[in-house]
Amino acid sequence: MSKIILEIKELKRDFVMGSETVHALRGVSFNVNAGEFVTIMGSSGSGKTTLLNILGCLDKPSIGSYLLDGVDIKKLSRDQLANLRNHKIGFVFQSYNLLPRTTALENVELPLLYDKEVSATERRQRALAALDQVKLADRQDHTPSQLSGGQQQRVAIARALVNEPVMILADEATGNLDSRTSYEIMALMQDLNTNKGKTIVFVTHEPDIASFSSRTIMLRDGMIQTDQENKNKRSAKEVLASLPKTADYSTEAK
Amino acid sequence: MSLINLFRIAFKALERNKLRAFLTMLGIIIGVGSVIVMVAIGQGSKQSIHDQLSNMGTNMITVQPASNLNGGVKIAGTSFQTLTIKDIVALKAGAQNITEISQAVTARGQAINGALNWPTQMAGVSPEYLDIRKLSLRDGIAFTPTDLLTSAKVCLIGQTVVDNLFPNGENPMGKVIRFGNIPFQIIGILSPKGFNAFGQDQDDILIAPYTTVQKRILATIYYTNIYASATDEASTDAAVREITTILRDSHRLTAVQDNDFTVRTQQELIATLSSTSGLLTVLLTVVAGISLVIGGIGIMNIMYVSVTERTKEIGLRMSIGARGKDILMQFLMEAVLISITGGVIGVIFGFLSTQLVTLLLKWPTIISESSVVLSFVVCAVTGIFFGYYPAQKASRLDPIEALRYE
Repeated sequence: MSKIILEIKELKRDFVMGSETVHALRGVSFNVNAGEFVTIMGSSGSGKTTLLNILGCLDKPSIGSYLLDGVDIKKLSRDQLANLRNHKIGFVFQSYNLLPRTTALENVELPLLYDKEVSATERRQRALAALDQVKLADRQDHTPSQLSGGQQQRVAIARALVNEPVMILADEATGNLDSRTSYEIMALMQDLNTNKGKTIVFVTHEPDIASFSSRTIMLRDGMIQTDQENKNKRSAKEVLASLPKTADYSTEAK
Repeated sequence: MSLINLFRIAFKALERNKLRAFLTMLGIIIGVGSVIVMVAIGQGSKQSIHDQLSNMGTNMITVQPASNLNGGVKIAGTSFQTLTIKDIVALKAGAQNITEISQAVTARGQAINGALNWPTQMAGVSPEYLDIRKLSLRDGIAFTPTDLLTSAKVCLIGQTVVDNLFPNGENPMGKVIRFGNIPFQIIGILSPKGFNAFGQDQDDILIAPYTTVQKRILATIYYTNIYASATDEASTDAAVREITTILRDSHRLTAVQDNDFTVRTQQELIATLSSTSGLLTVLLTVVAGISLVIGGIGIMNIMYVSVTERTKEIGLRMSIGARGKDILMQFLMEAVLISITGGVIGVIFGFLSTQLVTLLLKWPTIISESSVVLSFVVCAVTGIFFGYYPAQKASRLDPIEALRYE
């Protein structure tokens, strides 16, 4: 029995909009074990984004409990939540959210800047190591505008890895990329999951992307519709290899 | 987050918008620069007024007869005859805070050289008078105690009188002129002093031994004034008290009687003039201070813009672990960096402008350290004060909304 990373029980989240109360989440329960690759799917309005915000410790549930790596986030202050995000979660966003005119290395270093225990030398080493994991060590001095979309997302993944989080939380991480680059990102995710043992929670609305994960949770109207293991998990690497070799503009350094 | 990292982040953010940062700094630069220049000009003119007065003898004390009642009628002090040799002797014997003393009698009259004449006044004094009044001789020598004893008919001549009695550039030294009916030999020429602060021509004068003026011209035993020098500026007040006590004693005034003389010092004059120019300094400083505040508002404005356009960055930083405090410090650091850099440039700018003012306009200026320190501290405080609200706004953003901000 592997360690439980996420433990969610009867999670509810209400928003008061004027006189109306919107029930974005109406009681969601599930656990995620260490080393799992979970995709959360759902159409818009299904409560996907609300769940993601809570999972990312950016928001707190109205009712119910959420334990991240054994910590109940309901009891934490704003600053403690920030600290938790810093240490336990690696965010990957749809629009990369890299700092403009800032080198890849400095972008990756960013989370460590908010961790007092990391020295400047250690910060640099860890950022370089993280860039190496996404195979962009040779692009460390490039600014986002000098990188392709896929490369930018890989820098963002390196940034998510650098603080050695218990979970990588990806929000539509392939949403802005063409399918070939998306597969490359998914291949990288699978690699991090199977070879490095990273726990990944991937929010998407593309079934195609979900098929690369080991488990899919389907949300609908703030409730879990289905929660099932992926029997025939696809390998992104194989899909990538099967794609016709075209003169792709995104010939990336491997 | 460490201070060094905060500084680096702030510096980078400003570097990205160099022109904008510079324009924002400009307000502070002009503010600090003008504070320094204005205070320097104010201090400079204050000092030059002070110097001018020092030249007249700032530690000079004047005693003159006071106005008095005579049968219900107020009589002008100058017509009173109260100051005598007895007072001089008493003062010389008793006063500790006085270095030099001179009696003075003045007579108005016509100075005559052949066909030329000029209305002027003759001051009958003792040789110490020259020291007390800070007068110097351009040529010749002052009269001696022997001249006093013999009531010698010798005089020192002022430049204006020279110009009027010797218009063709003859050397007046050794020449004999008449004052009224009495012939005087010129034994010295006073260095020109020009007009004083009240428009009086200080060179329109003849100076002779007081005995000569008393006996040969006015036939009086009284003095018009007594001049004295206090040991230094600081002891002037003590000297005034001393003189008052001694003179009251010498004039045998009872405790209920008013002084029959007045003691004046240049200090009052200096204080009045200094306070006028002190007011000038305050006014100039206020004007400069206002421009600093406007500079501060410029910082506030640009920081609000900066926070708004970097909302997404703030959201990202928060999502990867920045606390509100970290964001607050980041933006505060940026504001302080703008204001302090502006302050440093402003100080340099102030120094250079001050030099320029002295060089081109020949205005006296004194750069006071306090104005440099003060304006620097004020601009640092300005940065914190005006940077705080935008920074606080940034730190209170909701990371979810900030991340979704477009």
